[in-house]
Amino acid sequence: MNGVPISYYLALSGILFGLGVVAFVFKRNIITILMSIELMLNAVNLAFVAFSRALGQFDGLIFVLFVIVVAAAEAVVGLAIVLQVARNRRSLNIEDVDQMKS
Amino acid sequence: MLDHIWILPLLPLAGAALNGLLGRRWPREMVNFCGVGSVTLAFAAALEVAREFFLLAPGQIPLVKSFWPWIAAGQFHVDFSFFIDQLTLVMLLVVTGVGLLIHIYSTGYMAHEGGYYRFFSYMNLFMFFMLTLVTAGSLAQLLVGWEGVGLCSYLLISFFFTKKSAADAGKKAFITTRIGDLGFMIGILLIFWTFHSLNFTEIFAGVASFPVETPGHLGVMTWICLLLFAGAVGKSAQLPLYVWLPDAMEGPTPVSALIHAATMVTAGVYMVARMNFLYVHAPVALLTVAVIGAVTAFYAATIALVQTDIKKVLAYSTISQLGYMFLGCGVGAFSAGIFHLMTHAFFKGLLFMAAGSVIHAMGGEQDMRNMGGLARKIPWTYGTMLAATLAITGMPFFSGFFSKDAILEAAASGPNPNRVLWALGLGGALLTSFYMFRLLFLTFHGERRYDDHSVHVHESPASMVIPLVILAILSVGGGWFALPKLEGGANYFFRFLSPVFHASDELAASGRGVEPMAVGTTLAAGIAHALWQPAVGVALLGFLIAWWFYIARSNAPRRLAESLHGAYTLLLNKYYVDKIYGSLVIRPLLWISTNVLWHGVDESVIDGAVNGSAKTVQSTGKQLVEMESGNVRSYATWVVIGATAFTSLLLWRLGR
Repeated sequence: MNGVPISYYLALSGILFGLGVVAFVFKRNIITILMSIELMLNAVNLAFVAFSRALGQFDGLIFVLFVIVVAAAEAVVGLAIVLQVARNRRSLNIEDVDQMKS
Repeated sequence: MLDHIWILPLLPLAGAALNGLLGRRWPREMVNFCGVGSVTLAFAAALEVAREFFLLAPGQIPLVKSFWPWIAAGQFHVDFSFFIDQLTLVMLLVVTGVGLLIHIYSTGYMAHEGGYYRFFSYMNLFMFFMLTLVTAGSLAQLLVGWEGVGLCSYLLISFFFTKKSAADAGKKAFITTRIGDLGFMIGILLIFWTFHSLNFTEIFAGVASFPVETPGHLGVMTWICLLLFAGAVGKSAQLPLYVWLPDAMEGPTPVSALIHAATMVTAGVYMVARMNFLYVHAPVALLTVAVIGAVTAFYAATIALVQTDIKKVLAYSTISQLGYMFLGCGVGAFSAGIFHLMTHAFFKGLLFMAAGSVIHAMGGEQDMRNMGGLARKIPWTYGTMLAATLAITGMPFFSGFFSKDAILEAAASGPNPNRVLWALGLGGALLTSFYMFRLLFLTFHGERRYDDHSVHVHESPASMVIPLVILAILSVGGGWFALPKLEGGANYFFRFLSPVFHASDELAASGRGVEPMAVGTTLAAGIAHALWQPAVGVALLGFLIAWWFYIARSNAPRRLAESLHGAYTLLLNKYYVDKIYGSLVIRPLLWISTNVLWHGVDESVIDGAVNGSAKTVQSTGKQLVEMESGNVRSYATWVVIGATAFTSLLLWRLGR
């Protein structure tokens, strides 16, 4: 079981999170952005699980369960918003959603 | 009553509150009832205080009644306390007695004026503060009364506040006295610094351990006395701060009678007399008091010679007479100063009220050049005014004869005799006699100089005449307390006050000694001696000159004015003092206030700082608002940058 060191998992997690961030910032499609959020959440989940395993504690696993629940809820709300945006603007381009200012 | 003396000043306060808060909707009778009734009660209470006071054993005087703590802050402890001795009693009776008469007079004089309830409310408030002033048991409480009467003086001078000259006169009075009050405040602080207390009993007990400060060794006592006297100079309108009092004549005449003749302006004299324990330890300060008093007495009298406004003559006369009181105190004859204070309250209050009656009769005319020959038309006013004139000029056996003579005798042969000051006082007495008879002749004698058809001259109502008559009786008889003096003994009044001033008496006894004031041993010889005093001579001389100028040779004044044109113009313009103050003090002050404080400090520094910080925030905000583009991805970028920065900081801190 000690075959793979924790640093590998963490490195993978970091790479996945970085990809998520880059995709979130640079992609224009709202669906892609939602997916990049999921990617970041799961990168964090991976790190939690790795730490939980390495330290022999369950706290990380509990966190992961919560994150999954929150991610599911977020996906529901996010997709609903995307649906409304798509209906109202006939577009899934994030650039068209620029009313969020005073 | 003595056990609950705190009620005494509160009576007029209650009257002021009732009239001030509710009087607007009340009929005149109700306002009269509250306004005059409260003062009547105060007068009755003062009489009761006097009755109980005479039952006290000598050891119980001064009676100090402390009621409840007022200020307690560390070392500083002041109670609401009342200090009752002979001096307090004299002041109480004068203030409530003359005050009551003037209140009654006001119901007639002010009958046709607007703001009737307001007038009585202010007058009652004034009575409250004046009674606080004279009964105070500590300097802190005295200061409350002191500033309070100043406030009421301001309110009443500018009573006709829609008239610009009245509003200006009120401000002038308030600001000018404030200059003196600054000195007074510093003096009080210096007293606390020296004695660690503001209570009279503790100050008077503590002062004994201080030496008498001779001119070579001036110390804190001299400073205290000079600073306190600065307050008195402002409040009692002495040189150089007298300029407000003539202008204060803008107020209604009862106000001039009550505040600017009988009571408030004498507060300075009262304060100096109350502090006599301190003053006898500072001969230099005492000499200053005497010099200022004597010079003012003469100086103001010269201005009064040429004034044509009947109230202005009386105003300068008041300044002059206050100078006599300070002269009396300054030469160590505090009793004489207070005696003159009392008789002056009678005859000057009467003079103002009679002048008010004349003005009332003439329908508002105040210029004596437009009067003349009124004696037959308003006989009561004439008779009372004549009595007051005889009293103020010091004609034999009228009250001024005794009180002014006492001061002049003290100046000549009292504890601190001074021939120069005596001569000034005597010269002032000559001028007093002249200008008072000039006033009397111009107003009541000679031919008519007004239009009989447009002015309907009429005698004043009974509510005005009766107080005049009562005060006339007091003006005539008020000096008779001093009658035994003529037999070579001390007079009742001085003997009554002597416990208050025993320190100064002892000092005088240890030093130069008091010469007997009159050498006659029988009443007849005493009278003969008193009649040979120079003061009587100059009074008669003044009368004769005035008679010559204004009755016998009525064109003489004009010719004299033409031949002495320079002096006449100088006097007519009141020595240009107002102009000098205007260009030396007021204009530089205005210039500095406008150009330095307003345009300089206020506009550029204070406004600059306030507006500058506001502008900085505004422009920074404008820059920052650009970040809020509405573009979700730019928000996300900021979140990433923030998170990265925060994480980097955390890692960097942990790594060290």
